[in-house]
Amino acid sequence: MKYEIRFSGSGGQGVITASVILGAAAALHDGKNVIQSQSYGPEARGGATKADVIISDAKIRYPKARHIDYLVSLTQKAAVKFIKTLKKGGVVIIDSDFVDLPDSPDHRIYRLPMTSSSIAKFNRTTTLNVIALGAFAEVAGLVSADAVKKAVLDNSPAGFEEMNIASLDMGRELARAAKKN
Amino acid sequence: MFDYSAYLRNEKLPHIWCPGCGHGIILKSLIRAIAKTGWDKDDIVLVSGIGCASRLPGYVDCNTLHTAHGRALAFATGVKLAKPKFHVIVVSGDGDALAIGGNHFIHACRRNIDISLIIFNNGIYGMTGGQYSPTTPQGDKAATAPHGHIEPDFDVAALAKGAGATFVARGTSYHVPQLDDYIYQAFMHKGFSVVEVVEACYTTHGRKQKTKYKSNLDMMKWQKDRAVPLAKSREMKPEELAGKFVTGILHEVERPEYADRYAGLVTSLKGGDK
Amino acid sequence: MTTTAHTEEKILFTQGNIACAEGALYAGCNFFGGYPITPSTEVAEHMAEELPRRNGAFIQMEDEIASLGAVIGAALAGAKAMTATSGPGFSLMQELIGYACIAEVPCVIVNVMRGGPSTGLPTSPAQSDLLQAKWGTHGDHPTIALVPSSVEEMFTETVRAFNLSEYFRTPVIVLGDEIIGHMREKFRVPRSGEIEVIDRKVPDGDGICRLPYRADGKHPACLPNFGTSRFHVTGLNHDESGFPTMDPSIVQDSNARILDKVYHQRELIDKVDMRYCEDAEILFVSVGSAARAAEEVVEEYRRKGVKAGLFRPITLWPFPKKEFIPCAERAKTIVVPEMNLGQLRTVVERFARSEKILPVNLVSGEPLDPDFIVATIEKSKR
Repeated sequence: MKYEIRFSGSGGQGVITASVILGAAAALHDGKNVIQSQSYGPEARGGATKADVIISDAKIRYPKARHIDYLVSLTQKAAVKFIKTLKKGGVVIIDSDFVDLPDSPDHRIYRLPMTSSSIAKFNRTTTLNVIALGAFAEVAGLVSADAVKKAVLDNSPAGFEEMNIASLDMGRELARAAKKN
Repeated sequence: MFDYSAYLRNEKLPHIWCPGCGHGIILKSLIRAIAKTGWDKDDIVLVSGIGCASRLPGYVDCNTLHTAHGRALAFATGVKLAKPKFHVIVVSGDGDALAIGGNHFIHACRRNIDISLIIFNNGIYGMTGGQYSPTTPQGDKAATAPHGHIEPDFDVAALAKGAGATFVARGTSYHVPQLDDYIYQAFMHKGFSVVEVVEACYTTHGRKQKTKYKSNLDMMKWQKDRAVPLAKSREMKPEELAGKFVTGILHEVERPEYADRYAGLVTSLKGGDK
Repeated sequence: MTTTAHTEEKILFTQGNIACAEGALYAGCNFFGGYPITPSTEVAEHMAEELPRRNGAFIQMEDEIASLGAVIGAALAGAKAMTATSGPGFSLMQELIGYACIAEVPCVIVNVMRGGPSTGLPTSPAQSDLLQAKWGTHGDHPTIALVPSSVEEMFTETVRAFNLSEYFRTPVIVLGDEIIGHMREKFRVPRSGEIEVIDRKVPDGDGICRLPYRADGKHPACLPNFGTSRFHVTGLNHDESGFPTMDPSIVQDSNARILDKVYHQRELIDKVDMRYCEDAEILFVSVGSAARAAEEVVEEYRRKGVKAGLFRPITLWPFPKKEFIPCAERAKTIVVPEMNLGQLRTVVERFARSEKILPVNLVSGEPLDPDFIVATIEKSKR
């Protein structure tokens, strides 16, 4: 099977990092074929950034995402821009504190209060991207929990391991709670 | 009698320079300075760009590199950083060093890499037939300034000092014993050293100044009359110095040298993190 | 100056630009001179991190001209040297690429292509320099240019670029593009020894060589490093000793020799990825990231029973005509997808009738995708 995942948001939110961690988890720890790529404009902060991961059991030829299965959006601007790229039956995960999209029979939406949960627990939002990654991992189940955890640790600066793992778990919790609804 | 042949590729002579050109005087001065250092010829890399002065390395028996126009310092930087044990000398004309090569010049000064740059400043593009250069005197005629040159010229020494060179000297092709010393001192200096040599091109520049010079001797006399030694210049008023130029070792300071700094970086990383 | 070669294999999930830098290090690159330019900068950043740890030299120069100047200087001092840039910087380097050709100085120039002309689209993909790589510098000169289409090939083709450069004593160009340079894939850095690394042939014995430009039969002349032979290097036409000459017969012969040394030994340079070319009626000719879109289309067509094939020159220059001509003759249609307005097509046209050729050109800054290729083919049928 082949899945295309798009992380989107504003420059500086870490959406590229989230996609790299996901890619590394699937490629290095789960042994899948993976391509991660991103596109961006001249701004290092702001704008609408996207970063894509293709995960496949077979060889991946064309390296860019074309038919998105999962869209993760951390800003309204990115959500509105990239919802058009989601394929029918796709899944959307949004930070409901800042983003909303109308319900549609074409896709399922997970509205997760990522920012408010992060502030409540950590008093900051620096790991919003890892929370989103945890939410995606829980919703999609494409990558083993162990692989994601290893990749997060591989990419954590010294001293931030614990907070990143807690953020990953928070994302999973939020997704599990939303799944029940 | 000094034996130049030990440092020359004698079979490559005679050189291409015109009668009355200052380049031969500087070549001999350069060779005497090299001899005084006692450096092994195998350890010397002599680099040039394009132009009359840049033909000089072809006549000298050491590792010689005749590069592209303006780029001598870029090549020399690669040579020095790849093999810091080499003594790297760059010879360059005023157009080569200061116009097309101006960017490389200021950055070599800034890095303070241990290279000696000898600028053959005859104030003209000689090889292409006498077009104005960054150091052509204002008012002079040139092939591309037939009605008189309207641009101001560079003060090369001030430019070098301002950009961070740690040794700056100015000599002339008339004051030869002093020039020998400036070049030798530049070689001995650790860091980026610049020696500007004021000299003349009668063939393409002097001849165009109908009333100013009757022969190359007048151009040599111009150097003699205009040059003011540094010590003497300190006793002179600015108005007395107008139209003249100061000679001597004008600036000499110590600052960490680039290749040394790089070697320090390499050492600091050994057994370090990762 | 020596560098520590890899001894351990490593599995990395990383960008093409990083793989390129790793390939350079594997090949023994111990000098990098460069200037920041998107989308190539990760190559320089990785070299800046790694070279000082391995006793190699890294320097950020004041511009791209100075970068290649420093690289050539370092190579003459004995280093394996490289620079990396993109379109505008590659344009600035052209004069010195010619210098490295005539002075026969080995060096590697990586160009991670972006849109153009001029500043174009710095962060978007294009294949704008396929012809600049071949014809950018003035005068007749040999060109070797390699075009990777995966992260792993950014590694292997950079190693090969060093090998060809050192063997032939000529600059070798690696043409990446923004997609291949920036995307991440898993690849394995092999143990040292797994991939052959060719070092520069230097004179035997005491290393002294007075005729550094005398060719040894088919083999390029043997370049001593500075420090042994007190020889002369110039961008002027020169004789076998390296000194300038205007002797017409020597100039004629030496200009021909620097071309012949490369073009008479194509078997050492040619490299093509051919998929289903043996019976392909619709033949796709494509390089770099565009070739990955073409390969996707080829697979789709084959699944539908259409006899499609892919001819992907990994060595673009010299163009592998020996391999290409029979494939081109068999094909009824030759589709040339590329992210420019027909650069590869001009090459294909030399070997195939133009009425067979269907160009697929995209210069919008978007990646050339399989749907666009299929749509262009469908449109041509109407």
